[in-house]
Amino acid sequence: MSGRDTVLGKIRASMRVSGPDAERKAAVASRLRDTPTGVIPARADLPAAGQQELFCAMAAQFGASVARVNDYREVAAEVSAYLRAHNLPAEIRIGADPRLKDAGWDLEKNLELRHGASDGGDLAGVSHAMAGIAETGTLALLSGPDNPTTINFLPEHHIVVLRESDIKGDMESVWAMLREQKGKGVMPRALNLVTGPSRSGDIEQTIILGAHGPRALHIVVVA
Amino acid sequence: MTSSETRVARQPRVGLFATCLVDLFRPSVGFASVKLLQDAGCEVHVPVAQTCCGQPTYNTGDRADTREIAEQVIEAFEGFDFIVAPSGSCAAMLKKHYPGLFKGNADWEDRAQRFSDKCHELVSFLADVMMVRDTGAALSARVTYHDSCSGLRELGVQQQPRKLLANVGGLELHEMKDSDVCCGFGGTFCVKYSDISNAIVTKKVGNIDASGADMLLAGDVGCLMNMAGKLKRLGSDVEVRHVAEVLAGMTDQPPIAGSGK
Amino acid sequence: MQLAAKHFKASASKALLDAQLQKALGNVEKGFIGKRQKAADALPEFDALRDNARDIKNHVLAHLDLYLEEYERNVVAAGGHVHWAETAEDARRIVLDICQKANARTVTKGKSMITEEIALNDHLTANGIEPVETDLGEYIIQLRGEYPSHIIAPAVHLNKDQVEGDFRRVHTHLPEGRDLSEPVALLSEAREVLRKRYFAADVGITGANFLIAETGTSVIVTNEGNGDLTQTLGKVHVVVASIEKIVPTLEDTAQILRVLARSATGQDMSVYTTFSTGPKRPDDPDGPGEYHVVLLDNGRSAMLGTEYQDMLRCIRCGACMNHCPVYHAVGGHAYGSVYPGPMGAVLTPSLNGIEETGQLPNASTFCGRCEAVCPMRIPLPKMMRHWREREFERNLTPLTSRYGIRAWAFFAKRPRLYRLAVSFGMPVLSLLGGKSRRLHSLPFAGGWTRHRDLPAPEGRTFLQEWAQREALKQGSGH
Repeated sequence: MSGRDTVLGKIRASMRVSGPDAERKAAVASRLRDTPTGVIPARADLPAAGQQELFCAMAAQFGASVARVNDYREVAAEVSAYLRAHNLPAEIRIGADPRLKDAGWDLEKNLELRHGASDGGDLAGVSHAMAGIAETGTLALLSGPDNPTTINFLPEHHIVVLRESDIKGDMESVWAMLREQKGKGVMPRALNLVTGPSRSGDIEQTIILGAHGPRALHIVVVA
Repeated sequence: MTSSETRVARQPRVGLFATCLVDLFRPSVGFASVKLLQDAGCEVHVPVAQTCCGQPTYNTGDRADTREIAEQVIEAFEGFDFIVAPSGSCAAMLKKHYPGLFKGNADWEDRAQRFSDKCHELVSFLADVMMVRDTGAALSARVTYHDSCSGLRELGVQQQPRKLLANVGGLELHEMKDSDVCCGFGGTFCVKYSDISNAIVTKKVGNIDASGADMLLAGDVGCLMNMAGKLKRLGSDVEVRHVAEVLAGMTDQPPIAGSGK
Repeated sequence: MQLAAKHFKASASKALLDAQLQKALGNVEKGFIGKRQKAADALPEFDALRDNARDIKNHVLAHLDLYLEEYERNVVAAGGHVHWAETAEDARRIVLDICQKANARTVTKGKSMITEEIALNDHLTANGIEPVETDLGEYIIQLRGEYPSHIIAPAVHLNKDQVEGDFRRVHTHLPEGRDLSEPVALLSEAREVLRKRYFAADVGITGANFLIAETGTSVIVTNEGNGDLTQTLGKVHVVVASIEKIVPTLEDTAQILRVLARSATGQDMSVYTTFSTGPKRPDDPDGPGEYHVVLLDNGRSAMLGTEYQDMLRCIRCGACMNHCPVYHAVGGHAYGSVYPGPMGAVLTPSLNGIEETGQLPNASTFCGRCEAVCPMRIPLPKMMRHWREREFERNLTPLTSRYGIRAWAFFAKRPRLYRLAVSFGMPVLSLLGGKSRRLHSLPFAGGWTRHRDLPAPEGRTFLQEWAQREALKQGSGH
C-alpha cells in the first residue's frame, strides 16, 4: 500500500467512515464552493476614506513609514527623497509592473533602476502591492515578473507603492479581489502579506527591526 | 414568578458541603459559612455522609472510585434547594465535573446534571444568588486577595469576593501582582512535584509581601494552607485566613498556621 | 532529540537551580503575557473569532480525509508534488530522497517544529547534507547543539551573553574588538552570515502553519523573513507539514490568522504571512523550481475519534506555555520532549506513548490558565486528566501515588469509617502542631514539609463540632 492509502485509510478507520459517504462529501463541497466568511472585525467597517486612514495608521503602528502622493508621476520623486533621507545611493531594484512604468522616473535623472529579481546586492527595492488591508495595516504583494518576490525580502529598504483605491477593509475583501483577478481557487505562486519591517525577538524577547528581511518598510500611497 | 423566586420566597434549604480540608483542618470556615448562609436567609443543613468531593482520585485518573464518591455525594445532597461549598475547586468539581463522570449512563448523568445545577461556591452564591451586598462585618486590616484557579476560571469567582470585602468596615484591599496566577498547590501536585510547587509558591509569596498587606485571603483552604505554610517557613507575619471568616466577622480563631496574637 | 520525558522530575529540579535559565525565563512572563492581553483587548471580536476558529478546525477534523484529497489535487494542479508519510521515518526518507535528487549539499531551513519532531537535521547530517537553521533562535541553538525550548521562541532559555559566547566560538572571522554586547549587534552578525547560506543552499525546507484545501496552498507565518528567503532562494522548496494543518478556504485561514499572532506574540499580524502555491511559473523571475509537500501522520490519525481529537486543533501559538506556571518555573528543556508545556503534555503521550511520558500530563496544577488563553479553545487540563486515567487503568501510575489514592478512596467511600479515623487523627495532628500551630516536618509528608510548614488542624473536625452544637441546641429545647 502507498503512504497515501495508508494514511487516508487510518484516518477513515479512526473516524469509522465507510460507504459512499455522501453527506460528508456534500458538506466539503459546499464549503469549498461557498467559502463562507466568519467573523470580520468591525474595526475596518468604514467608508473608503476611513479605511485608507486606518490603513496608514495601522501600518505606522507596526513600524512602516507612510507617504501619500497625488499621482503616479510623483512616485519617483518620493522614492528619491526617501533614498536621500536615508543616505542611500540613488539606485533601486524594481520589477516590470506596468503601473510603475510611468511613475516619473524620467524626472529623476540620477536615479538608477535595476530591473528583475534581486540578487541580494540591492539596498533598496520598489514593489507595487496588489492591495492594502486596513484592519492591520498589511500589504498584499503578488509574485511574478511585475513584482519579483525577492524584492520583498532581500533589499535593506523596501518601498511599496499602493493605489489608494486598492485599500480594503479586511483580508476577505482581498480574497475577493484575488478571485476576480485570477479565478476561483487560483493563486499566484506567492502571495505575501507584509505587516511592517522584518523583526526578531529571539534574543531575550527584545524586538529588533531588520532580521533577515528589510530593516525598513516605506509605503507610498497613490491617490 | 420563576421557580427560583419561589424558592427564595420561602427559606431556601441549603446543604453545606464543608469540603474535607475545612472539615479536617479549618472547622472555623465551616461555621463562618453557616453564619453567612443563615444571615442571608438560608436554612442550613450539614449531612453527615460527606467526606470528600473526589478531586484527589479524579485528578489521579481513578475514575471508578471518583464515580462512587460522586454517587455518595449526590445521594446525600440532591434533596436540597442548593448545595454550597466554601471552596472554588470543590464546588467546580461538583458543578462542572460530576455529570461527565456518568457519560453513557443516562439515568445517573441526568441525575448528576440536576444536582450540579444546584451547586455553588459560597461567596458567589451569596453575591449572585442570595444578592448579598454587605455582610455587616467589620475588620481593621490591610488585606490582599488571591484568586484560586478553579473558582476563578471554572466558576467565574472574581468580583464577588472583592465587592463583599469592599463593604467590610475598616478593611482595605491591596491587590497583589498576578493575583490570578496559581499558587502552586494543585492538590497532590504540591507533594508529587514538590520542587516546582515550591518555585511557584515562592513567587506568589513574593507578590503577597510586595502588596503591603498584613492579611492574605482566598476562597480555598488548600491554596491557603500552601501559601500559609510557605509564608511561615519564610518567617512572614502575614496572617492567612479564608475569606468567609472575614465576611462572617469570625476572626477569633488564630489564623491558618499562626498562633494568633 | 532523545525522548527524556521520564526524567522530567530530575530535569525540573536541576532547571530550578540554574541561575542563567531562571533569569532567561523571566522574559517569558514579562514579554508574552501582557502583549497577548493587550492585543486581545484591542479586538472586541477576539472571543467570537476563537469560537469560530475552533469550529472551523472541528469541521476540518470531521472531514479530514476529504479535505486532504482536495488539497492534494490542487497542489498537483499547481505543479507541486505531494508525498504521504505515515511515520517520522517515512518523512525523513522522503525529504532525504528529494534532497539527494537535487544533489543538495546544504539545505536552509525555516523554523519548523515538525522537522524537530521527525529529527530531520540529524538524518540529513548523517547522510552528508548540511542543514542550516535560519531563524535567529533556531540558528543560535543549532550552534549550541541544543533543541528548541519553546515552540515559537526556541532560544528563550538563553541570555544575550550566552549567545555572544557562542557567536565568538563559532564565527571565527570575528575581530576581537567587535562589540556584540547588544542583541542588535548579534542579529546583524547572524544576518550577514546567513545571507551567504541562503544563496548557497540547494534546497529550502519549511514547515507550514496552514495548508489550504481550496487552493493547494501552504502558508508560513514569520517575523524575520528567513522562511521566505529559505523557500524563495533554494532550487527546491520542501514543505513538511502534519495532516491536521488543513483548512478549507482562504476565508477560514483569515479567521485563524486573526487569533494566531495575537495569541502568540501579541501582534495583530506577524510581519510575513506567505501563501505559496506550487513552483516557479514560466514567467517568474524568482522562486523555487520544484515544490514538494510532505504530509506527515506520525500518530495523528490515531487521535481522531478519541478523547484527544481536540488536540489536533492546535495551531502552535505557544500561548499555553507562555501562561503556564510550571513552564515558567522549569522552562522547556525539562520536559524532555519536542513539544513542551501544556500542549506538549497532551501531544507527546499521543505521539510517543504514555509509558515513557506519563510525567508530563501529571506535572500540572490544573490551574486552567492554558485553556483560558488557548485560541482554539482546546481543553488541555481535561486531556491531561484523560492521560492520567489511561495511566491508572494500565497500572502505570507510580505505586506510592496509586496506593495513597486508593487508601484515600477507601475511607472517602465509607463515611462512618472515615469519621472514626479522622476523629482520632486530626486531634493528634493538632497536638503535634503545638503552640505554633504548624508542623515543620512530618513523617510521610516530606513532599509538603521540605519547602513549607504544614498548618496544624484546629483539633476536632467541623462535622464533630457541628453535631455537638446541634445536639446542645436540641437539648436546650430549640
